[in-house]
Amino acid sequence: MDWKQLWEIVSAPDNVPIVALIPLLAFYIYLAWKQAHANDRLIAELETNPALAKTHHRKAWPFQPGWQKELHVWPFLLRMEFLAAIIVTIILMVWSITLNAPLEEPANPNLTMNPAKAPWYFLGLQEMLVYFDPWIAGVVMPTLIIFGLMMIPYIDTNPLGCGYYTWKQRKFAISTYLFGFIVLWVTMIFIGTFIRGPGWQWFWPGQTWDHNRLIYEVNRDLPDIFGITSNWVKGIFGAIVVGGFYVAGGFLVTAIFRRHNAKDFKRMSLMQYSILMFFLLTMLALPIKMMIRHLFHIKYVWITPWFNV
Amino acid sequence: MSDETNPNAKNGKNGKSTGLLERVKAGVKEDIDSLKAELPAKMKEQVELLSKPTKTQVYTSIFRHKHDDTPRNRALGVLSNVFLHLHPAKINRDAVRYSYTWGMGGITFYLFIVLTFTGVLLMFYYHPSKVQAFRDVLYLEHDVPFGRLLRNMHRWAAHLMVIAVELHMFRVFLTGSYKKPREFNWNVGVILLVLTLLLSFTGYLLPDDQLGFWAVTVGTNMARATPLLGHEGPFGAQLGMTPYNDVRFGLLGGSIVDANALLRSYIWHCIGIPIIASVFMIVHFWRVRKDGGISGPAQVMLDSEVKEARK
Repeated sequence: MDWKQLWEIVSAPDNVPIVALIPLLAFYIYLAWKQAHANDRLIAELETNPALAKTHHRKAWPFQPGWQKELHVWPFLLRMEFLAAIIVTIILMVWSITLNAPLEEPANPNLTMNPAKAPWYFLGLQEMLVYFDPWIAGVVMPTLIIFGLMMIPYIDTNPLGCGYYTWKQRKFAISTYLFGFIVLWVTMIFIGTFIRGPGWQWFWPGQTWDHNRLIYEVNRDLPDIFGITSNWVKGIFGAIVVGGFYVAGGFLVTAIFRRHNAKDFKRMSLMQYSILMFFLLTMLALPIKMMIRHLFHIKYVWITPWFNV
Repeated sequence: MSDETNPNAKNGKNGKSTGLLERVKAGVKEDIDSLKAELPAKMKEQVELLSKPTKTQVYTSIFRHKHDDTPRNRALGVLSNVFLHLHPAKINRDAVRYSYTWGMGGITFYLFIVLTFTGVLLMFYYHPSKVQAFRDVLYLEHDVPFGRLLRNMHRWAAHLMVIAVELHMFRVFLTGSYKKPREFNWNVGVILLVLTLLLSFTGYLLPDDQLGFWAVTVGTNMARATPLLGHEGPFGAQLGMTPYNDVRFGLLGGSIVDANALLRSYIWHCIGIPIIASVFMIVHFWRVRKDGGISGPAQVMLDSEVKEARK
């Protein structure tokens, strides 16, 4: 265990935001879960007791008749905003006094940094470069992330859970978002920051960064395993595998979705459902591709003269 | 001067003409008498006026309403103030709870202001040229009073803003606040997220050190592989893309990260993206109000109460 190496990575000033992000995320997930849990209990109680549902104020927070339903923004909201601004300023001041922004040697195109890392929030994309060609990892995936996020309000047809925390009313939506945000985005950033060392090689936390380490990995392509040599057959084979993943995956997910999310399934139009399936399966494709790379050393699935997937 | 030519000769009392000196004396005496009589009252009046500064014309020209603690004045305090008027006068009693909003949208905006402020100060000491840029950062760190603090604050506020934006989005998702009627504003928010990342990324190159240089090299190398528009991307070569005319060339102003890239980065970072982001922020805040204000905490809705929309 090389504690010095670990400390060097964790205490690098530009890595501090990621180190801070993890407890922050844990805290806010806890805060959200606490409220979701309270609301879910209230919902369950009201569902079983229609008489109470008619009279209840319908929030987990206390309310009594005669209490004002609305507060003046001045001073009740503005004092909170003012306080928040002061606290953020103090945090920033302390942070800026104690920790210096990094400054390396002057830019030198002849001396490559090793590892050369992107800013931390793009490390997930850089990590994807290991598994996908740059046009997918650097261009298509970011575009899909942006469009996928933009699609959310138009494909989420569930009318419940608008304006309050809940888990039981929106299990599918919340778990999908958590998968995308925590598992894909944050974990990939984490790997890019703390695991990847010189030569973008895999170093476990605490393992010494060896700049001379060489790893002999023979990566194969999926068609090679099946002994396919013709370029034409490789192209068609890959198209079938990738297409098959979307068709079979879509069928499998639909089988689950229509049983466990029957109401949403009924509400969704064909287009809404197809978009949802496309983005969901593309999200799932990332860990699958990572897995077959790490476990079976498979590089490409679909090989064509113009692009490889 | 003789009496014949004196135009005031006939004005004297009892037919006598009075000399100029006497008339001045009389006038001064009259003024002094009048001051003696009126000044104490005027002064008393002035003291009374000054003891109520809120009654002065200067004050009332700036502040258009009273500040006694009445509901009307509390509302006017928000509505008649240009900086506060995006707030409603009253909000949901639970919306001020920190646990609902996490305050992340407001913190993001505050950090944007901090970044604009520190950024403008940094611009006074920075030249976006290959000769000067790195030296300017050294100068900032070692010679400019509070220069290091300024640069640190700018960098850490930028990182904090990325975190705050992501947490804000997370909160909006978890509370289902993107649902009808706020779909469009969610989209504006997604664009603001992208702009935040781009703002941070364009700033990364500006110190012109190894860290920024290689981060931007890695980042923009991906643009080579853009399908159709990059010379190494799928179908790029077939469309006539070369390192000298593809999308990466447009981003960097050259085929390598050099002086033009530094200048482009600087202009996008300091002028281009902040203006675009400000426009989107205006729309974002406006739509928050127009879409019915903050989404909650709303009353919980039961599954049995859902009215299925007619298709």
